[in-house]
Amino acid sequence: MNVQFRPSADGSVTAKTAIADCDIHPARRSMKDLYPYLAKRWHDHLETYGGHAYQGMMVGPPYPKAQPNASRRDAYPPEGGVQGSSLSFMQQQHLDPNNVALGVLNPLNTGQGLRNQELSAALATAINDWQIAEWTSKDSRLKGSVVVANEDGVASAAEIRKRAGDKNFVQVLLLSRNVEPLGQRRYWPIYEAAQEAGLPIGVHAFGFGGNPITASGWPSYYIEEMVGHSQCQQTALASIVLEGVLERFPKLKMIMIEAGFGWAPSLAWRLDRVWQKLRSEVPHVKRPPSEYIKDHIWWTTQPMEDPERRDHLFQTIDWIGWDKLLFATDYPHWDYDEPSRVLPAGVSDANRAAFYLGNARELYGIA
Amino acid sequence: MTSPIAGGVDCDLHPALPHLTSLLPYLNDYWRDQVTTRGMTDLESQSYPPNSPISARSDWRPVKGKAGASLRDLTTQALDPFDTSIGICNPLYGLQMVFSEDMADAFCRALNDWLAKEWLDKDARLRGSIVIPIQSVEKSVAEIERCARDSRFVQVLMLVMGDMPLGKRAYWPIYAAAERHGLPIGVHAGSNYHNPPSSVGWGSYHIEDYVAQAQAFQTQLTSLIVEGVFAKYPRLKMVMLESGFTWLPSYVWRLHKFWRGVRMETPWVDRAPMEIVRSNIRFSLQPVDAPPDPETLNRLFDHMQSDELLLFSTDYPHWQFDGNAVLPDGLSPELVRKIMIDNPYATYTRLGGAGSKESAA
Repeated sequence: MNVQFRPSADGSVTAKTAIADCDIHPARRSMKDLYPYLAKRWHDHLETYGGHAYQGMMVGPPYPKAQPNASRRDAYPPEGGVQGSSLSFMQQQHLDPNNVALGVLNPLNTGQGLRNQELSAALATAINDWQIAEWTSKDSRLKGSVVVANEDGVASAAEIRKRAGDKNFVQVLLLSRNVEPLGQRRYWPIYEAAQEAGLPIGVHAFGFGGNPITASGWPSYYIEEMVGHSQCQQTALASIVLEGVLERFPKLKMIMIEAGFGWAPSLAWRLDRVWQKLRSEVPHVKRPPSEYIKDHIWWTTQPMEDPERRDHLFQTIDWIGWDKLLFATDYPHWDYDEPSRVLPAGVSDANRAAFYLGNARELYGIA
Repeated sequence: MTSPIAGGVDCDLHPALPHLTSLLPYLNDYWRDQVTTRGMTDLESQSYPPNSPISARSDWRPVKGKAGASLRDLTTQALDPFDTSIGICNPLYGLQMVFSEDMADAFCRALNDWLAKEWLDKDARLRGSIVIPIQSVEKSVAEIERCARDSRFVQVLMLVMGDMPLGKRAYWPIYAAAERHGLPIGVHAGSNYHNPPSSVGWGSYHIEDYVAQAQAFQTQLTSLIVEGVFAKYPRLKMVMLESGFTWLPSYVWRLHKFWRGVRMETPWVDRAPMEIVRSNIRFSLQPVDAPPDPETLNRLFDHMQSDELLLFSTDYPHWQFDGNAVLPDGLSPELVRKIMIDNPYATYTRLGGAGSKESAA
């Protein structure tokens, strides 16, 4: 994880093995890119009042990022615009040279986590139309995520049903930080509709729900926010399990995106241990929590766990399962993982193939 | 199970205050009057609902009253069975939840005096932690100074969830005072509930609050490390109590990776996070959040890359284990000695070193 200053690849398709990239961030040059997909009322509204999120800043994040737009400095498209806003440059810099056969788009800074629910829903629909028009219809390797107005379960479910069966989309996108922990009832209509549509739920790190990013209030630094996403994800997953979401929606699959995976065994062990003693409080949790996690949860890899000793990495993956990891780069963000350098030597061909492509193809049902 | 050895130091015992009114003899007239006139209720925290199966082991529950309220029970149930020579008392009375710093100060002083008189005076094996009125840093420092004169106080006690992240500079006078007196800061599970008890909001259940303690410890370690507490107070030890520890390796991998990426943001962090953990952070043994097989546990110890991080604890009267299985299966005799004796004495310098205590035992 370091700022990338490498010269751009020359764009020639190499003989590299095909991979899936399960976390790509397409960007808008500005909010105006969404206007063609948004009623005129909302153009005026956004320009007058802004997004009105669950955080104080009118523009930009509360913790300044490590790099402009949290993105690689070499990822600015030559024709202008922010990193990630040009399909042709994304193809030239990333998709072609890395032989990305399946790229899952996770648009951020959309309409999720806004306080105005009507605006949030309008923006969610717009960003989904925009993904089709600007990305997935132009490059068949790319697949979209159904963005939903996450705090309004009913509106979210309607958006999911509208996109059900549309091959442009392979998952529903939620963020880890919301007004309430993700297992809460207000989000159940989302899970119900996703299960019905056969779409997994991707839970990407980040978001704003008005809760401090630690249970002890707001910390000082960007690094605390970045590391803290892992703790938010752990708690969100615990909520999903302990509220019985996976018991109630037994076909639901969920993907933990960009929050690490090394914490999964310890969390599952802790949950199992305490559940043995406290199951009378949560009678709807019928099996040991680790079983729900094993059956329903996948993890994207970036930022890749990077212990000093590779056997520690391999042992950790053994506890989780080689069939549960989905390779991701986080392109064009600054903490991008370089495909060729992520997995150390010593992995079997079968596990390597599953890690880079096979698991994603199977989970997302992409041949 | 692995057998304990004699002469150990139990770093996490919870003597219970029977009721707020038990503090009356230690309060001045004004506060005695406040408690009685206003009909103040017992300050019991929902971090440990008294009847929850994890708040007390069933065989450690007295017929009447709170588990952990009887000195005799504590010594016969927690100290004697393991031939423990020293037990550190960490009272978890809900004083951190109080909003008034004056009230918190009066109650903390009373609680510390109560601990000295009704516990430390009565059993020479017991040591105490100083509970501080964290609502005021100034008053907390004063209470540390007052109690530190009694060498039986060996630690300062804080909760893992409070108003601000623990690394924040506002707290640093507390750390300066602790370092000055050779007192580690014990950070115990629990919340003052001034913030939601998780970083994603209020969950529905007690079990969620309990599971989320581990994540709270993780964010606090990040705060303590990146704010530079240990660059400023290099001799300060902090002990994570009832934190779990199996999350440590993967947590540090992530912190280390981001520290490498954005260390320009906190340039005073001049050592790798794991080095800081090794020199300044310790963890109580219980709970052991791992499956009960020695192979997995030993892999985890290998991932921790140090045998100096863990300190023996029963967490009495909380449930963490059954029978006498306080040590998980598969610990080597060398590691047992480290966890039970060497590591605690190296951490709690006010205990005076292992040799003297062993001969006293």
